[in-house]
Amino acid sequence: MTELTYRQALNDTLRAELTRDENVYLIGEEIGVFEGSYKITAGLLKEFGPKRVVDTPISEEGFTGVAIGSAMLGLRPVVEIMTLNFSLIAIDQIVNHAAKMYGMFGGRVKVPLVIRTPGGGGQQLAATHSQNLEVWYAHIPGLKVVAPSNPADAKALLTAAIRDDDPVLFLENLGLYNTKGDVPDGEQVAEIGRAAIAREGTDLTVVSYSRGVVTALEVAEQLAGEGISIEVVDLRSLRPLDRVTFCESVKKTSRAVVFEDDMLSYGVGAEISATIGEAVFDWLDAPVRRVAAAEVPLPYAKPLELAAMPDAAALTKVIRETLAASGYRK
Amino acid sequence: MLRSTVSKSSDSEVDLLDDRDFVQLIDADGIRHPSPTIDQWVADVSDAQLADLYEDMVVVRRIDVEATALQRQGELGLWPPLLGQEASQIGSARALRDDDFIMPSYRENGVAYCRGVALDDLVRVWRGHAHGSWDPSEFRMAIPAVIIGAQTLHAVGYGVGILRDGADSAVITYFGDGATSQGDTNEAMIFAATYQAPVVFFCQNNHWAISEPVGLQATRHISERAPGFGIPSMRVDGNDVLAVMAATRIALDRAHNGGGPTYIEAVTYRMGPHTTSDDPTRYRDADELAEWKAKDPISRLEKYFESKDLLTDELKARVKAKADSVAAEFRAGCIGMEEPTIMSVFDHVTIEIDPVLERQRSQYAAYLANFEGGE
Ligand SMILES: Cc1ncc(C[n+]2csc(CCOP(=O)(O)OP(=O)(O)O)c2C)c(N)n1
Ligand SMILES: [Mg+2]
Repeated sequence: MTELTYRQALNDTLRAELTRDENVYLIGEEIGVFEGSYKITAGLLKEFGPKRVVDTPISEEGFTGVAIGSAMLGLRPVVEIMTLNFSLIAIDQIVNHAAKMYGMFGGRVKVPLVIRTPGGGGQQLAATHSQNLEVWYAHIPGLKVVAPSNPADAKALLTAAIRDDDPVLFLENLGLYNTKGDVPDGEQVAEIGRAAIAREGTDLTVVSYSRGVVTALEVAEQLAGEGISIEVVDLRSLRPLDRVTFCESVKKTSRAVVFEDDMLSYGVGAEISATIGEAVFDWLDAPVRRVAAAEVPLPYAKPLELAAMPDAAALTKVIRETLAASGYRK
Repeated sequence: MLRSTVSKSSDSEVDLLDDRDFVQLIDADGIRHPSPTIDQWVADVSDAQLADLYEDMVVVRRIDVEATALQRQGELGLWPPLLGQEASQIGSARALRDDDFIMPSYRENGVAYCRGVALDDLVRVWRGHAHGSWDPSEFRMAIPAVIIGAQTLHAVGYGVGILRDGADSAVITYFGDGATSQGDTNEAMIFAATYQAPVVFFCQNNHWAISEPVGLQATRHISERAPGFGIPSMRVDGNDVLAVMAATRIALDRAHNGGGPTYIEAVTYRMGPHTTSDDPTRYRDADELAEWKAKDPISRLEKYFESKDLLTDELKARVKAKADSVAAEFRAGCIGMEEPTIMSVFDHVTIEIDPVLERQRSQYAAYLANFEGGE
């Protein structure tokens, strides 16, 4: 075990995969000389040279499309899109091409592509630069969408994504890059599509992913001080979605709250709560609740931005309400 | 070499796009080079008017320096400096007619100044107090576009609207060298040519797209692309305010008279960081900056005035007084800005608030009311 930041875990993993497989290469805006807007590719151009770490023109659709073409040939491109927001310019290439090729070519062409990109607000980047659009991609058959919440998962899921033969959207979060955690040494390959119990508990299940898990764990720790036992499920993958893990958790706790950074309407939480309603309704002691963002373009002013984003206080409040609604007593 | 011909509605013709046709009227040493084809477009610009352009550039540089300082002092979240690009912005903006519309990127604060946008509104967005600082219809200028290249298409749409109205105004869209790689920007050129929209494509080639040198976007002059789309093009010294004004007037004259789109590559240099979050010493040579300092748009005009004994104490005092007063007003306006209320988070999502948001809003108001004194 080594304690690493989320950023360093990603950087180490890219280095390890570039070393292991010469077909792996990195491509994107400002990832070489500049080492990436968030320094995830620090040092890699120097080590691997411009054929393996490719700086491109300012054109997301361009470099995503080019990466797809090279993946059809058997290369394993790892695309960096500066932020998830700019993936909208490449969305046709991702949704209509990367995700469809395997099917529409009759299973004869694989697209072993990874798109790494950070989402999330809270960085004072304003409405067009702060979105959580992962559910757009999680909706699409043919894509995989993974969203690690900690450095160990960042390593194991990125390794798995690069080795996976399907296109994978690898969702990072601007608010996670500096977070630290223990990372197992040596090769670690996660199973894509497997959720994790991030904290065990008995009274209520909080389901979350990516940065939301960090907040959920903080809240669980706080409430433990009052004798309330929260179980936190970290989805880790939004497609494929591991429905079993959170449903089993709800069977145990009988209460569930979804904590998500995206919008309430048609968000990740809608899928989770519908699944719980369909699969384990009889175990529920209270309605499943969702804590999500205010449905507004995210403001730029820090206090307004924070007001619009779901936070620990909002999660705590909804947990208490859910416990009260079910007649919970310590 | 590609050539396209641009004719002034009335008289002689200008051949465009040739290496020899790099439009420059005042060089880095302040020497005025007569041009048989271009001079007529700025024949009316007297030395007194040139002094006004000089004043604009000095004032805009001062605003820019002041804004950078305000950011460093924690008064602004971010600022995209225009240091070095004053001539490109002032020369083009001062060529516009009042009814011409501007679709800018995020760096055109000098253009906004020329449009009469209130000084505090220049930084309202960057201070985080509002998403839209000014009313675009009042100033005929949209607010900053931060998704690279998108505004070029909006310019074409606006231009098509002008044609439909039967009006004779034009649209100018500003974008950078980096933006020329985006699909949107290339598609905008196609649409502008197809519909012969009255659009001026004004590319400020400041040599950098954050950390990427222009060579990564284009292996030849950026201006060479437009003719392939059927759009006549000019390459102009973007640090020469007079040449920029001439080129923009040529393009606007075409647009105002049914001549369709024109492309201008203003060759300039971003002397500062990309934004206040950036440190350009990490990726570019000090030599390059020094080379461009020698081509500074403001000092070349001073040299020009000096050579004509026009850089008088009076002019210097006038310009300094103006810059000082603008800077003081700008700073006070920024710091004294009224803060938005927390509940304004729910404003301006749709014209009428929908039930889901209304519910969120009232729940949030109730939540805030739990705390002493509400908000
Ligand atoms: C679609 C999109 N991709 C990437 C970015 C990030 N970004 C912001 S400014 C910039 C560079 C733009 O360079 P250029 O067009 O030359 O304009 P300049 O900043 O030099 O004025 C980039 C890549 C963005 N805002 N939008
Ligand atoms: Mg540029």
